[in-house]
Amino acid sequence: MLGLGIFLEDTPDGDTTWGMSLLSGLEYTLILVVCAWIIAMVLGSVLGVVRTTKSRFWVTLGNAYVELFRNIPLLVQFFIWYFVLPSVIPPLKRFANDVDPGTFQILTAVVCLGLFTAARIAEQVKSGIQSLPRGQTLAGLALGLTPTQTYRYVLLPMAYRIIIPPLTSESMNLVKNSAVAYSIGLTELFFRTREMGEMTFRYFAAFGAATVLYVAVAFSINRIMAWVERASAVPGYMGGSK
Amino acid sequence: MIKKLFGLTVLAAAALSSVQAAELTGTLKKVKDTGSITVGYRESSIPFSYLDNTGKPVGYAMELCGKVVDAVKADLKMPDLKVSYAPVTSSNRIPLLENGTIDLECGSTTNSVARQKQVSFGPTYFVINVTAAVKKDSGINDFAQLGGKNIVTTSGTTAVPLLKKYEKTKDMDFKEIYGKDHAESFLLMADGRAAAFVMDDILLAGQIANSKDPSAYKILPGSLRQEPYSMMLRKDDPQFKALVDKTIDGVMKSGEINKIYAKWFTSPIPPKGINLNFPETPAIKEAFAHPNDKGVE
Repeated sequence: MLGLGIFLEDTPDGDTTWGMSLLSGLEYTLILVVCAWIIAMVLGSVLGVVRTTKSRFWVTLGNAYVELFRNIPLLVQFFIWYFVLPSVIPPLKRFANDVDPGTFQILTAVVCLGLFTAARIAEQVKSGIQSLPRGQTLAGLALGLTPTQTYRYVLLPMAYRIIIPPLTSESMNLVKNSAVAYSIGLTELFFRTREMGEMTFRYFAAFGAATVLYVAVAFSINRIMAWVERASAVPGYMGGSK
Repeated sequence: MIKKLFGLTVLAAAALSSVQAAELTGTLKKVKDTGSITVGYRESSIPFSYLDNTGKPVGYAMELCGKVVDAVKADLKMPDLKVSYAPVTSSNRIPLLENGTIDLECGSTTNSVARQKQVSFGPTYFVINVTAAVKKDSGINDFAQLGGKNIVTTSGTTAVPLLKKYEKTKDMDFKEIYGKDHAESFLLMADGRAAAFVMDDILLAGQIANSKDPSAYKILPGSLRQEPYSMMLRKDDPQFKALVDKTIDGVMKSGEINKIYAKWFTSPIPPKGINLNFPETPAIKEAFAHPNDKGVE
């Protein structure tokens, strides 16, 4: 009665059904999200940390990175990575022409989304570290720890716990932002949704299904992060006193 | 199905002329009641329907739709009928027509049997070949040479399933890339990232004419399929459908269509004064000689 049979109908090329087509899109979305998240966390942490050091050079470099990536719309960034850079950097162009187009698309999308999200995570890591009392750094150094050890054993363990809530939002944003990868033709969930709409005119069914899938993924991340927050809580500190 | 539609059309046309629309229904009733008609246009379907340098929607399809609007004015005896224009895209044109935001869609829409389940079409006003544009220096002269190469096409178009079917029947293996719109697809081909851009021949001619160096590209002679273009109106609206058919048939039978065609396809057109150099093909001549609203499978 709801017309859900559309998901069992074959696509025009007869390779698969619309339901499977959306799921294959979801698979790309998940691969993209996981890879981009790893890049974003690693690079974002490094950038966040260097922006709290005493080195003018590293602070400026980190700030420049964050401002650059935060101020350009994501859609434009995808365009730059996919169209502009390969046409101005000859080795990249040769690589783009030789490698399988699908591989190049997913690589571009992972790099673009990873670097974009890194700028936002860098901001959160920096705020997390700066929210700690200055005395903690001084105490670490007074104990004879090197600055690196102070970060590793004193500052970062607390800073990461503090920023879990904004990090949760950012990870969920990453899932939602991944839809922009349709603009470079990556066959992720949003691409498949649009395709299904345009070929079957069943926009309501297509976007309804996509909505359910996106909510499911984003909400799973929310629950995982909530679990991480509980599991890592320090008793007696910041809501860890249960 | 088409026979049935045709029968309905004839009936409606007879009713319209004899009783002179005693009881208005569908679009004509809506237009009479609201005092306005809304035409859906495309922002960059050159030369069918696009914005000129003053931001006004113009084009071959817009001109034919203008004839229909004039006929509506005459039919309803409403010379001051308000005509509004609303931009549509390939993804929202059908929903916007169905929900009444637009009353007539004038663009480069393929009349297909699948779409006829949702909407009605006026008489075919253009026939395209789905083919490919390549760089002249690529040495590619026909489709058979495209095996194993990167092929770009625009997502959401009828070219996508067509290309996949061709791949299967010829046992070839293309590597497909999708562009978000025609300009992007063309860019990927021009940049050498894809060997060919598979799309409707007239749209390829438009992209080539607008490119930096039109002489660097060519259109392959082969064709994956012919597709009729037509204006789109709401389904099950015999009165309006009859009016559209009568108007466009008149333009075609009187030969006026050839002048309109020449204006948009073989003369310089706004905004840049580019000439598409796309004379009437035999299939287009046939469509003008025998107006019909048959959709492609």
